[in-house]
Order: sequence, then structure tokens, then C-alpha cells
Amino acid sequence: MVPLSWYLILSAALFSVGLFGVLSRKNAVAILLGIELMLNAVNINLVSFWRYGDVTQMAGQVFAIIVFAVAAAEVAVGLALVISIYRRRNTVIADEIDMMKW
Amino acid sequence: MTIESLIWLIPLPPILAFFVIVLFTNRNKTLSHSVAIGAAFLSWLGGMIVFINAIGVHELGKEPFTSSFNWIPTADTWLKIGVLVDPLSAVVLFFVAWTVLMIFIYSAGYNNFGQPKGDHDQPGLQPHGATVEEHGHKHMVPSIEPMYSRFFAFISLFAFGMLTLVLSDNLLTLFVGWEIMGLCSYLLIGFWYAKPSARDAAVKAFMTTRVGDVFMLLGIVYVYSATGTLSFREIFQPQVLHTLATVPTPILGLSAAGLIGLLLFIGTVGKSAQFPLHVWLPDAMEGPTPVSAMIHAATMVSAGVYMVIRMFPLISLDPRTMTIVAFIGAFTALFAATIAVAQNDIKKVLAYSTISQLGYMIAALGSGAYVAAAFHLVTHAFFKALLFLGSGSVIHGMEHGVLHTGKHVDAQDMFNMGGLRSKMPITFWTFLIGGFALSGFPVITAGFWSKDEILASTFNGHTAVFVTLAIAAFLTAFYTMRQITLTFLGEPRTEAADNAQETHWTMTLPLVILSIFAIGSGWVGIPEQFPGLGGLIPNWFHEFVGSTLVEIPAAVPFNLVPLLTSLTVALGGLLIGWLVYRNVQTAKEDLLQIPVLKNKWYIDEIYDLIFVKPAYWFAETFVYKFMDKGVIDGSLHLVGKATASIGSTIRNYFDLPVINRFFGDGTSIVIKWIGNKLRPIQSGRIQQYMLVTLLVLLVIAGLLYYLLAMV
Repeated sequence: MVPLSWYLILSAALFSVGLFGVLSRKNAVAILLGIELMLNAVNINLVSFWRYGDVTQMAGQVFAIIVFAVAAAEVAVGLALVISIYRRRNTVIADEIDMMKW
Repeated sequence: MTIESLIWLIPLPPILAFFVIVLFTNRNKTLSHSVAIGAAFLSWLGGMIVFINAIGVHELGKEPFTSSFNWIPTADTWLKIGVLVDPLSAVVLFFVAWTVLMIFIYSAGYNNFGQPKGDHDQPGLQPHGATVEEHGHKHMVPSIEPMYSRFFAFISLFAFGMLTLVLSDNLLTLFVGWEIMGLCSYLLIGFWYAKPSARDAAVKAFMTTRVGDVFMLLGIVYVYSATGTLSFREIFQPQVLHTLATVPTPILGLSAAGLIGLLLFIGTVGKSAQFPLHVWLPDAMEGPTPVSAMIHAATMVSAGVYMVIRMFPLISLDPRTMTIVAFIGAFTALFAATIAVAQNDIKKVLAYSTISQLGYMIAALGSGAYVAAAFHLVTHAFFKALLFLGSGSVIHGMEHGVLHTGKHVDAQDMFNMGGLRSKMPITFWTFLIGGFALSGFPVITAGFWSKDEILASTFNGHTAVFVTLAIAAFLTAFYTMRQITLTFLGEPRTEAADNAQETHWTMTLPLVILSIFAIGSGWVGIPEQFPGLGGLIPNWFHEFVGSTLVEIPAAVPFNLVPLLTSLTVALGGLLIGWLVYRNVQTAKEDLLQIPVLKNKWYIDEIYDLIFVKPAYWFAETFVYKFMDKGVIDGSLHLVGKATASIGSTIRNYFDLPVINRFFGDGTSIVIKWIGNKLRPIQSGRIQQYMLVTLLVLLVIAGLLYYLLAMV
């Protein structure tokens, strides 16, 4: 059986890819994509800890499912915001959307 | 019931009447006067029973009716209070009971009981009369006193005070009764309190008598500290008196007895209106005409003389005190008589005559004539009560005339009267009897016997007093006849006098009863050696009252000189008074309207200058302007200003620069500066924030890892 650490390494790698995407991409949609990657990395973590821990406890799986649901909702709201901003300001570049400052 | 317990009950009905009237019946005039007169009657009845029992006892002076109980514990002894009826208090009780009952009955008539309510009468003012419609035409009649019930409450309290004073066996309860009467006197003089003159007179009477009372209280305290008792019979023990007579005091070299006697006598000077504290009594005539006047003539002022007679064994110990007493008495007798001849107000004449007659008694006491003074006290009470009630009746009749004619004249000015003889016959005859008794009209009137006894007593060894009193007696007869002539004889001087009317029976009945005593009360004291009459009736009064003292004073040896003097001055005064005033029509024709007499020797003005003005000056200039405004307010202002300047200093040099600048403004400046510096961090770029977040997280995680690894 594949040891737990492999899963964790995969998860960490995926999380890092997502984090890099969030921090480095200029496109707001791409940032959202990065966030999705990070969320899925978390899911892998959750599921693998469940599988390698006490299998009778369902919390890991349940949490993963909640994360799906929340991620779906988040993407829906996030994309709606992006579209709304694009309509108003004609851009999806995150650095240009900087009104929330002093 | 024993006599002793009956004596305890005598003063009780009036005080109960006072409370009943004040608390319950004050709305009902009929009930109020019934309660008061009923109470006075009960006291009178008790007094008469006690009196009759007292005269039946052989040697009452040695074995008086007495009863006392422990009242206040004082260390290892008790302060006792009790009642005492010895011959002296028996005779005083007799006249007090009678005169009080007479005042009460008279008051119902005087305050117009049964008359309609006044048109615009109000409490605190004399009734002004009411309009009634009879047989189709309107006319004015006297109206009922608005504060009728209150009046009866006050005189009930007064009666309680007088009876307490007479019946007490010690100086303490005597003083209590004394002060109750002082209060009633104030209340009754100021009864018409809406009149400023009545208010002033009430205050004046109260303040003036207070001067005497303070000294009297000092005397009482001295007696108590020197002897440890206030009971008369214990003070008059020979060894106690001997001690008092020999103990010296630091004041004037008087013995303790002399000083106590002097202090108590000053109380009498205030209460009995002797010079120099006589000024309140004439002003006291502001009260409801005859009644308060009579209280201030027949009963209450007699209390002062009664007290001196009561304390005679003590006062007589020091000859110097006795000289002062005799001098003041004789001087007052003459002094007041000279003022009385120039007064036009019917009541003022009687007021000064009262002062003069009280001076007579005091002078007699100062000369050692104990019985004569007591005798004159009794007879004077009756005839002066009669005269005052008579003058009230005259004024009432005049007021009727004033209301009837509708023309306002002073109802008390004798020059507005005249010819009342036929209008008010009962008042005239009784007033005539009273006036003759006051003048000492020979043989038939009571005043003759008592005055003659005083003159006879002073004749031996007190020549100066004798001469002074003889002159005063002449003046007394003179101004009495002046009064009678101006008031009753001749023709009416005004329409009001022409329309005067005899008063109600409730007023004339007391006059008639008192006039009987004004004649009869003298017959009990006819000297035994008196030519013709002496011995027909035994000299009961001398033996009875004389027995109050341990040694019965010897009867004064008969001498023709005082008798002739007495006859001459009385008849001469009356005759001259009639001759002079029979034709005088107006005040301008009266030769005796000398300013100095008219203005009472300017005593009031002098007192005003010596006491009242300096007191006002002291109050205004010293107390108000200097002390209050200057010192007290000044120091307060100083404290205020000092505090204010300390406050503003702190504000300017500490609060504003340090607190406000440094802490207050400084904090905000610093925060603003920091904020300015930190402003660029908030760039609004989401990825920048996240980067920072990541870095911070990494730092924290590293830190945690490092720290945990250290553990």
C-alpha cells in the first residue's frame, strides 16, 4: 500500500501550484483557478488522513464533501463578481482592481 | 374628696376647655363659649369651696392646705411640686375666681355673641358691624367677632395660668403659670393681629416682660442653688432664712436673701408694670377692649404683686432691697398718676391708674406693710376689673352710636363722650362705684379702707413714701373724677355719644356683681380703732392674711394724720376734678394737656433712643454691614477667590500644556503620524496582501516550529 506521505507530498505539491497561481497570475479567473487547486489539495489531505486513520470515523469524507459544495458556491459567486467587474471596468486584471485602499 | 385633692382640680377645667375648644369645638361659637364659661364656673365653684373651707380653719397660716408629690429626681433628692392654700392664696384665689368668671361671662357680650356676621369682617381685625334690614330700612348693628372661639380658648389658657400661679406651693410652678400668662398676654394683646399697632404692642409687652422674667428666673435658680428647694414653706423655715440672710454675695454687698429678693422683684417690675418696665402696659390696651385690658389690670399684673407678697419673708430680710422696692413702688405710683391726668383715651387713663395702684402695693410692701398690700391687691382687683369692664361697656355703647350714626369718631376718646349717664345708667352707676373705690371715697368704698391702711402703714417711719403716695392718691382722685365727668356727665359731645346704648346683660351683670365687691370687699378690713366704725365688724382680713406669716404683724396703731390726709386727698381730688372738668368741652380747653405728660415723660422715646435705635444700628451697621457682609461674606468670598485662582493656575500651567497638549493632543498626533507612515501598506492589491499573509504565516510557522523543537 502506498504510504501516507506520498499523498501528502502530492497534496503539498498541488497546494503549492495553486498558491503560486494565486500569487503570480494577473487574471482574476486564473486566481480563482489557483484557489480551486488549493482547495482540492486540502481535499486530498482530508481524504488520505481519513483513510489512514480510523476508517469508522466519517469526518474526513464529510469535510471533503462540504469543501466541494463550498468551492462550487465560491466559484459561482467569484465568477459572477469577475463578470460584474469586467462589465464595469473592462478588465479582469487583479492589480488594476485596487479601489480598496487608502 | 379631700380639700387637697379638690385644690389640685381647680386649675384643670380651663386647660381642658382650652384643648377642647382648640381641637374640637372651634367651629361652633355657642359650644366654645359654653365650654369655656362652664370650665370657669367649675373652677369658680372649686375655688369657693376651698375658700369657705379655708376661712373656717383656725390658724390656717400654721396648718395650710397643702399637698405635693415628687416630680423630677435631682441627684439624691426630688424636685417637688404641689399645691398650697394658705390665707394669702385663699384670698387671692377668691378674687381670681370671681374676676375670671366675670371676664368669661362679659366676653360673650363683648364679642357680640348673637349678633349677625359682619359684612366684611375678617379674622385678625375688629368686627366692623353688619347691615340688617328691619321694618323696611337698613341700619348697621355690631357684628360678632370672627375669631370668637379662639378668644375663649386664649382666656381659658390664661385662667389656667393664673390659677396655677396662685395655687402652687413652689417657685417653679408659680413661674410656669407666670409664663403661661405672659404667653396669653401676648396672644390677647395681638389678638387683632392684622392691626400693626396691636402686633407691635404684643411684641413690646412680650419683650419687656421677658427682661423681668429673665432676672426672676435667675432669682429662682439662685434660691435653688442656695437652699436646694423651691417650695415656699421650706424656704421660709427660720434656719433657711437665717442662712440666706447671712450669706454674703459679691454683688453690691447684698446678702443672698437681698440679692434673691431683688432678682425676684425685677420679675415683678416687669409683670406688674413698675417703672422702668411699665411701658408695655399702656400699649397692651390694643387688645380686645375690656377683657385683655382687665387681664392686664385686675388679674395678671396682680400676679407680680402676689409673688412679692408670697416671697415677703425672704425679701424683707434685707433692708436695702426693701428700700429699693419701696422707692420704685412710690415713684411708680406718682409717676403713672401724673401721666394718667393727661390721657384722653378712656382705657389709657385706667392703664396708667393700674400702674399707679400697683406701685401703691409695691410701696406698701417695701415699707413692710404686708397685710395692707394684700388688702389693696384684693380690693384693687375688684374695682379695677369693674372699671375696665365698665370702660369696655362704654366703648361698646359708643361703637353702637358710631354704627348707628354712620359717622366715624374715636369711640375711646373721652372728649367724644359726655352725657352717657342717662344713655347707659347701669354702666354709669357701676363705673361711678368703681371710680370712687379707686379714688378712695371715704367709708363706703373698698378702696378707701385699703388705701387708708397703706397710708397709715407708711406714715410711721416712711415719711417720704407717705408723702409721695398721698400726692399720688390726690392725683388718682383727680383723674378719676376727670374721667367720670368727661365720660358720663354734661351733655353729649358727639352724635355717637348721643346715640350710645346700654349694653347687653352679659356685660352689665358682671359690672353689677363686681360693683358689690368694689364696695363690700373693703369692710372685711376695717381697723379696730377706727372712730365710730372700728370694731363693729372685726378686722378679719388683718388676722386672716396676717397669720400667713410666722409672726402676725401688729396692727398699725391708729393715727389721725393719715386718715385726715386720706380723706382730704380723696374728697379734694374728686371735687377739684369735677370743678375743673365740668365745663371743659374740647381737648383744647383742657389745661393739663401738657406735652410732657401727654407723651408719658417721653419714656418711650428715651427707650427708643437708648435701646431700640442702638439695637437697630447694631443689627444694621455692625451685624449686617460689618459682620455679615464684611467678615462672614468677605471670608467666604476670599475662599472662593483663592480657590478660583488656584484652579485657573492649575488649568493654565498644568491642565492645558501637560494634559491637553502632551497627553491629549500628543497621542492623536503620534497616532496620526504612525497612520500616515503605515498608509502605503494598504495598496488595495489583493495579491500583495496575500503575499504578505503568506510571508507572515511562514514566519509564524517557522517561529512555532523553532520554539516547539526547542521544547
